[in-house]
Amino acid sequence: MEKVAIVGASLAGLAAVRALRRQSFTGEIVVVGAERHRPYDRPPLSKDFLTGAVTAADLALSPDDEDLGADWRLGVTATGFDPHNRAVHLDSGEVLRADGVVIATGARARPIDHIGVHTLRTLDDAIVLRDALKQSGRLVVIGAGFIGAEVASSARKLGWDVTVVESLPTPLSGSLGTEMGEVVARLHGDHGVRLLTGLPVSGLTGTDQIEAVELADGTRLPADLVVAGIGAIPNVEWLAGAGGLAAATSVPGVVATGDVTGSQHWTFALENPAAVVATLLGTEPPAAKAPYFWSDQYGVMIQFAGHRAPGDTVRIVEGDPEQRSFLAVYERDGQPSAVLGLDQPKLFTRWRRQLRSAPQEA
Amino acid sequence: MLQPVCPLSEIPPGEAYRWATEPAVAIFHTEDGEVFAIDDTCTHQDASLADGWLEGCEVECPLHASKFDLRTGRVDAPPAKLPVRTHRVAVTDGVVHVELSTEAPNLPPGAKP
Ligand SMILES: Cc1cc2nc3c(=O)[nH]c(=O)nc-3n(C[C@H](O)[C@H](O)[C@H](O)COP(=O)(O)OP(=O)(O)OC[C@H]3O[C@@H](n4cnc5c(N)ncnc54)[C@H](O)[C@@H]3O)c2cc1C
Ligand code: FES
Repeated sequence: MEKVAIVGASLAGLAAVRALRRQSFTGEIVVVGAERHRPYDRPPLSKDFLTGAVTAADLALSPDDEDLGADWRLGVTATGFDPHNRAVHLDSGEVLRADGVVIATGARARPIDHIGVHTLRTLDDAIVLRDALKQSGRLVVIGAGFIGAEVASSARKLGWDVTVVESLPTPLSGSLGTEMGEVVARLHGDHGVRLLTGLPVSGLTGTDQIEAVELADGTRLPADLVVAGIGAIPNVEWLAGAGGLAAATSVPGVVATGDVTGSQHWTFALENPAAVVATLLGTEPPAAKAPYFWSDQYGVMIQFAGHRAPGDTVRIVEGDPEQRSFLAVYERDGQPSAVLGLDQPKLFTRWRRQLRSAPQEA
Repeated sequence: MLQPVCPLSEIPPGEAYRWATEPAVAIFHTEDGEVFAIDDTCTHQDASLADGWLEGCEVECPLHASKFDLRTGRVDAPPAKLPVRTHRVAVTDGVVHVELSTEAPNLPPGAKP
């Protein structure tokens, strides 16, 4: 293997470059990234960046003096892919050929097409939203998932009147289960944010600017600003000619990692590239850890790790859900399957560690 | 100047002790019986590294998984970019002593004085 092309210059792309060099690859590395920015950290975009506690410079993922010997093609988009020739077609007209290709194009925010409705995925989105949040007024957040909840929390901190609407009966039930989803969702009410659940949005009004969000039961929520956090769509359209992601990665020398694979967790995009790079180079992949993600809402650190499945029972092993500081262990057949912590980093880390050595992780 | 901190017996192997000096220092007792002291606050955000995941001579931050080398303070992976300071340690008569580094600490944004 003499030349590796990495498509996507964010966390997973950068981690792939680092993993190649760490695994002693000395050949040529070309990284293609649609955004103009050097790899930066997305999680703060909905948290400290919106409130102004950190700046764009703080978000850089690489120290200034890091030299990985890679050719970074930023502001360049891959438009097509021929997996058998490992040829990546670029919007510049160039065709980039390599011996190995890492697909790390991540995902984008699912849009709502209406004037004045913001989504949040990129630094550019966050700059626009941060500026829009400078005055205060009425914010309606559509979707009470992690990003929606974090935007609500940041806007509340900035003095906005915030309403969150969610079509599911219980927010976050897909990730945390109904019981714990309910507990975490109470953070909104604790901090003076209205949460309306079980009601889909039926319409948006306003022609020059947004005026209101309407719900299926006829409720009209006047709004000065609307943010939609309704999920992410993997960026795979450029692989259409290759038959899609699964077909492309079934070809030797082509691997995918990070959010483009359907994961939505930062730590997966950080750690998994070492494993796919090992596949490319034919070396031994590192042991995988249990999936882990965190969220930060209203000053509460929420951490989750493991593989929860419907039917798992939940046991509180420390603290009190009513105090929003506790550790909950999910169990299946008497074995821990997952763990959730609110403001319990130390205990959470101990349990997370235990999960890794649990049999289902072998 | 070496300052006495706590008896080594208070830190079981594989565990850490948070010394609440200013800025706080984390003292690690590794499974191999070695003792190291580094700044307790992660250089990324306000997390206590004493709460982290100790493996060999490395601690993983309890929040976002950056790992710091206890011997050098070096950080191996984002989101943290800057190293933590290391402090000299001596164990005398079963008591951990630490000499605080005179370098400037790399405190996270927001925590900067
Ligand atoms: C606001 C926000 C907050 C988040 N908070 C958390 C959190 O608290 N905890 C957590 O665990 N996770 C969080 N995440 C998720 C985390 O950021 C992602 O899991 C991570 O960014 C995935 O990295 P990636 O490199 O796989 O993909 P991405 O970060 O999506 O990067 C993909 C890159 O590829 C580029 N690209 C796409 N298509 C092409 C193409 N055709 N050609 C060239 N380049 C292309 C894109 O422009 C992008 O720069 C958050 C995400 C967002 C948006
Ligand atoms: S606070 Fe330590 S890595 Fe983020």
